[in-house]
Amino acid sequence: MTMTGQRPGRAKQGPANRPALSHRLAERGIDKLLLLLLPALLFALVLFVYPFVYGLGLSFQPKTGGLFGAYVKFFTDPSVRGLDSIWVTLQLALPAALLNVLVSVPLAYKMRGKFRGKRALTTVLVIPITLGTVLTAEGLLNFFGQRGWLNRFLGVLGFEPLQLVQNYWGVLWSLIISGFPFAFLLILSYLSGIDPSLEAAARTLGADWKQRFRRITLPLLAPGLAITFCLTFVLAFSVFPSAILVGDPSGSTRVIAYVAYNAWGQQFDYPLASAAAIVMGAVELIVIVLVLIWRSRMYKGSTGGKG
Amino acid sequence: MSLALKPKSDAAPQGTKRALAATPGTFLIWGSMAVFLLLLLGVVSSVVVNSFAKEWFDTWLPAGYTPAWYADAWKEYDLGQVVGTTLTVAVAVVGISVLIGAPASYVLARRSFPGKNILMLVFLLPIMMPPITYGIPLATLLTYYHLAPGLTGVILANLVPSIPFVILTMTPFIEQINPSIESAARMCGANMLRLFTKILAPLLVPGILAAAVLVLVRTVGMFELTFLTSDSTSDTLVVALFTAMTGAGIRAQQSVDAMAVVYMLMMMVLLVVALRFVNPTQLVSQVREETD
Repeated sequence: MTMTGQRPGRAKQGPANRPALSHRLAERGIDKLLLLLLPALLFALVLFVYPFVYGLGLSFQPKTGGLFGAYVKFFTDPSVRGLDSIWVTLQLALPAALLNVLVSVPLAYKMRGKFRGKRALTTVLVIPITLGTVLTAEGLLNFFGQRGWLNRFLGVLGFEPLQLVQNYWGVLWSLIISGFPFAFLLILSYLSGIDPSLEAAARTLGADWKQRFRRITLPLLAPGLAITFCLTFVLAFSVFPSAILVGDPSGSTRVIAYVAYNAWGQQFDYPLASAAAIVMGAVELIVIVLVLIWRSRMYKGSTGGKG
Repeated sequence: MSLALKPKSDAAPQGTKRALAATPGTFLIWGSMAVFLLLLLGVVSSVVVNSFAKEWFDTWLPAGYTPAWYADAWKEYDLGQVVGTTLTVAVAVVGISVLIGAPASYVLARRSFPGKNILMLVFLLPIMMPPITYGIPLATLLTYYHLAPGLTGVILANLVPSIPFVILTMTPFIEQINPSIESAARMCGANMLRLFTKILAPLLVPGILAAAVLVLVRTVGMFELTFLTSDSTSDTLVVALFTAMTGAGIRAQQSVDAMAVVYMLMMMVLLVVALRFVNPTQLVSQVREETD
């Protein structure tokens, strides 16, 4: 047992003189307390890691087409149209996430101080997050529909009624309604976490609000901004019920989640469904990794060693 | 441009509440916020109004009002059972995930050990992944073991994102507790169990409540995982609502809307309870204060 990197005084001692194994492990932070992690770890392994590995394995065992048959079917089969569905999903999720974050930043920047009714406003904004996409979809169908209040109002103003549901726009709106408050509240809390004295100092040095925002707030906000974008993107990317309810699931909003569910619940093609789910996870992770890389390149060093 | 005449508000002393000054920028900001809130109001109230409507065709408001759709929806969709299932699932998920998540978050907040980063990644992934991605393999597996479709499957599937969520929510609360309190208890001879029940649990009540309430809201609102693992006897309210909406044409739109209002009311009650314990803008700043 000649291990390198042992602490002086312990090397080349006989087994009898060595401290007990539990003692040596405890020095590295492993002791009985870690047993408390076991139930959570067990659950994660049984209910998350194992199904995921199982799904991965299943996706390589299609009934026909060899090892990559399910993936080939996903990308090339005209009845599956997997590649299209990836684009459809990205075309919904990226604009929705970008819009939610970009609109939230100036709003939250303006509202980061204390003012009357802030608590009430944040409360109202939590409502759409809690309502969820199914209820939002029901409301959108009523409100944006052909005879809904919005089109009625447009009619009074002399405009043609707009087709806002059962297409791309309906789904985008539902993503904004549930995603914007989420992004806004997250960014607001990140902004409130930035020490106001930093900006006050910049102000005494004569920086106007543009400079203060660009040089002080934005670099400090960047990590929070990246995380908010990622979380909003995940929400938008997993769009499923609203794509069916207010969208056009056979055409312009045929999102990847719908393709995966369709293969699973309608055609009972489990390898294909697993392949679609794996592709979905992979595409999402790629976008998230790109965002995180962008943020580490963009603001490296400029935060002054903080964060 | 009389709006821009007021002095800039940034100079107001910190800590005092004040109205936002009406500069054009502020005006624009409040304008866009108002448009959003108006949209939200329209979406919510059109559901509520329609659920009480006798008939509503080509007019601004319905011709007459009736509460009959609620009785209709209650009977038609068996809402008593659906609400019961929803509460059963939610309470079970909250209870189990807090019991399992709280000890784990204690260890993660207090200790560093080899492989901690990998462990954190395993706990983070279910939150970062779209539910459909892991829900489909999970549902396939649960069906294979005859746990789904059914109540057990729904609870098990909902635990997957809930346990990590409890861990993430509670970790900052545990970090706020001074470790010397625990050391003192240890010196007085408390074992791990007593330390948890006598020292940590009372101090952690706000953290446990915050985590529990957030998991409750998430579970009641969770569509995808429940949808994949439930059958007609174990549908939660949101899944029943979706099923009723996709099966449209057979039933009156108003009774679907009545069910939507029941769901909305349930969420509102949960939300009011939640906001008593959690301030949405403080969740992140608490973490920041701790890490700084």
